[in-house]
Amino acid sequence: MQTSTMIDAMRPPSPAEPGAGVYSNKLGMWVFLASDVMFFTALIGSYIILRFGMTDAWAAPGAVLNVPLTGINTFLLICSSVSMVKAYAAIADGKKYFLRPVLGKTLRDGGLKFWLLVTILCGAAFVGVQVYEYIKLVEHGFTPAGYREGSQLAEHALADPIKYGAQTGAMFGSTFFTMTGFHGFHVTCGVIAMSYLYVTKVLPEKYSPQDYRGIETIGLYWHFVDLVWIILFTIVYLI
Amino acid sequence: MATTAHVRPNYIMIWLYLFVLTVVEVLAAFLSGIPKQWLILILIFLAVWKALLVALYFMHLKFEPWRLRLIFLVPLPLAVILVVTTIMEKL
Repeated sequence: MQTSTMIDAMRPPSPAEPGAGVYSNKLGMWVFLASDVMFFTALIGSYIILRFGMTDAWAAPGAVLNVPLTGINTFLLICSSVSMVKAYAAIADGKKYFLRPVLGKTLRDGGLKFWLLVTILCGAAFVGVQVYEYIKLVEHGFTPAGYREGSQLAEHALADPIKYGAQTGAMFGSTFFTMTGFHGFHVTCGVIAMSYLYVTKVLPEKYSPQDYRGIETIGLYWHFVDLVWIILFTIVYLI
Repeated sequence: MATTAHVRPNYIMIWLYLFVLTVVEVLAAFLSGIPKQWLILILIFLAVWKALLVALYFMHLKFEPWRLRLIFLVPLPLAVILVVTTIMEKL
């Protein structure tokens, strides 16, 4: 362990790609994120066009979706973003440890191991809450195909077709599950990637202030996922 | 260092901004009597503000060279073109 740490400390700074001025992992992640911007634009753009192009009423999101629960989930993802950036700052400062007492302070100082674990747990909790939300929605009758016949929501839609968007339920269901589903898939991939890094690189202390490319690269991905959710939450749940 | 050296932002303060903006968004959407058109504009403004905070400070775009910022900025006009042309197609 100590030998590998010494080798890490001796490793020269990562060579930057000519032209871009950054190392190749980071450049690659930025290019991927640029392509992901287009992917989510296609989804969000389609939703906007379908929703605002409809002549029939669209369901009020608060009537069908559990907005307070998703609000808490949004807060969870924002917390995971700040813990990710704290993990990045910790390794940049050479803090590889989990928690360390600080003289004269009650709170312990968190290192890379602590902050990345917090990020993984918050990300996993986000996915868990989303799965719970899906289960409850389907139970109430909101499916990707719209309001299930005979369900509680279908009855509500019959009683108040404007509030529940009785005519556009199928469109709402398919766009909602597609957008949030693809985002959830991105979060799941992020949690798996971070868990892999945690076990193979963070716990064996393979990162150092000289080279922490993996943390910075996965951090960029994770913040992007948070950024996309900020937009999705507003457009799907609040408007 | 694996990255460009810069003065580190106060991440906790950014987190606090994001939290407050999220609360304002939810309250504006459900507890205010703002007309729908204005509400949409306000909510989109708040969402863009939050997204910018994440991109500039958490993703460190504010401190990156312009070459790298361009990689992220280039798809944005393309995204607008994609949405606008699809709307035109529908009209």
